[in-house]
Amino acid sequence: MSKPEKIIPLIQKKSIEALLEKGERLDGRSPTAYRSVRITVNAIERAEGSAIAEIGNTMVIAGVKMSLGSPFPDTPDKGVLIVNAELIPIASPTFEPGPPGEEDVEISRVVDRGIRSSEMVDLSKLAIIPGKKVWVIYVDIYALNHDGNLFDACMLAATSALLTTQKPKTVVENNEVKLLEEKEPLPIKTRPVSVTFAKIGSYMVVDPSYKEELAMDARLTLSFSENGDIVAVQKGLPGYFSYDEIMQALEIGEKISRDIRKHLPPIPTSASND
Amino acid sequence: MKSDQAIKLLNDEGLRLDGRRLDELRPLKIEVGVLKNADGSAYIEHGKNKIIVAVYGPREVHPKHLTLPDRAIVRVRYHMAPFSVPERKSPAPSRREIELSKVIREALEPAILVEKFPRTAIDVFIEVLQADGGTRCASITAAAVALADAGIPMKDLVAAVAVGKINGKIALDLNHLEDQYGEGDMPVAMMPGLKTITLLQADGIFSKEEFKQALDLAISGIQVIYRKQREALKKKYEKMIRTVTGGGS
Repeated sequence: MSKPEKIIPLIQKKSIEALLEKGERLDGRSPTAYRSVRITVNAIERAEGSAIAEIGNTMVIAGVKMSLGSPFPDTPDKGVLIVNAELIPIASPTFEPGPPGEEDVEISRVVDRGIRSSEMVDLSKLAIIPGKKVWVIYVDIYALNHDGNLFDACMLAATSALLTTQKPKTVVENNEVKLLEEKEPLPIKTRPVSVTFAKIGSYMVVDPSYKEELAMDARLTLSFSENGDIVAVQKGLPGYFSYDEIMQALEIGEKISRDIRKHLPPIPTSASND
Repeated sequence: MKSDQAIKLLNDEGLRLDGRRLDELRPLKIEVGVLKNADGSAYIEHGKNKIIVAVYGPREVHPKHLTLPDRAIVRVRYHMAPFSVPERKSPAPSRREIELSKVIREALEPAILVEKFPRTAIDVFIEVLQADGGTRCASITAAAVALADAGIPMKDLVAAVAVGKINGKIALDLNHLEDQYGEGDMPVAMMPGLKTITLLQADGIFSKEEFKQALDLAISGIQVIYRKQREALKKKYEKMIRTVTGGGS
């Protein structure tokens, strides 16, 4: 449900659409231009991995904590990945304190899907004693400043934090897991990137700003793996897309994903052979 | 959770575990007006999925501050009964159910003429009684029929189906096993008459070509479901006409 404070005057939506008719946007970007992306890694020493992702004025922080736990019964030989995103009131006057709402849950699950489907983290390498002890990766994401496109910002922060995570090495002695002082990165296979589009009236723009999000009728988030495969899709909001709009977004989104990926930390190499 | 892709989901003739071809839907049955108290209702059996949907409204909004001055609000609750799945599910709403309630609402709302009913709420309650893969799509299919049954003016019905990838092949209407052990799942909902897509999700790995093939296959499946929806609605009114004319003579 749209909260009342999120309603913008129709006139503002009309002016955004009038600009788009000329191929222009409020902040001077072209419809397919992404804002500048900035990633700061290892922002939090206490976390095993962390990153701040900025897209224009949008800012999100993600931290990775690793702990030993039990596997899910249906995947006894795999580590566990838990992604949680929260839109805390610090980030916007429209966010309220309280338990995660449906927007928080949707973002968490879309980010989770992009990471999981792409098999970014090779969870099969994170079972220490299969069926008993596995690594549990908690990725917690907090919005810090909301100027639109939190989906992509959360994805960037989460993947950057995972790419820079250092976890203790382990040895198994008498069926007991011992954590060593020495650290190693996570086994990473690919770096998924999401690209979000907004449909405003009959126009499509990439990387919507907050003002554009207030005016958007529908949202489409596409996540791509390193080789250009589609690993997650999410349409949101009570609008619709035509077939052609989706195919166009796919073409443009895949190109943009390659540019954005250049800002991500590299895939850690030392993990590939354990 | 996707498991390792060692499971054979297609036999040597290219048929699926339940004997279907890749482009074949599961049996589909829709009944309209199954609940007396609701303003509109529908029951759907899609494969082994059994789902009941009730629509209440347009009605007064509680709490009042949610009211919108220029249109009705649409609220959707997608819920799975604890006994609908092999391992009992806690009745409390899971994160999955919260997300699905949201995307189902956003799939239905484009079809509803919400501006006809300012300051009201249209409530859609979905109860999954038995789940076998593709419950969000079957829920949307049934909910659109229930909305029509409630007499709520709509631009079109909304019909939905999931497509996916099993053993490297794009397949229509995945069941639970295919969803669990396949390589990808892509639920799609459309207003078939208007040719607009109102729900699109995907997980798994699809190449661009596979994605297009999957979307095309979903669209063709949706046409079949759309026909069944209209037949179900017609059947209700034909029955009503028979009752009225039968009683009058």
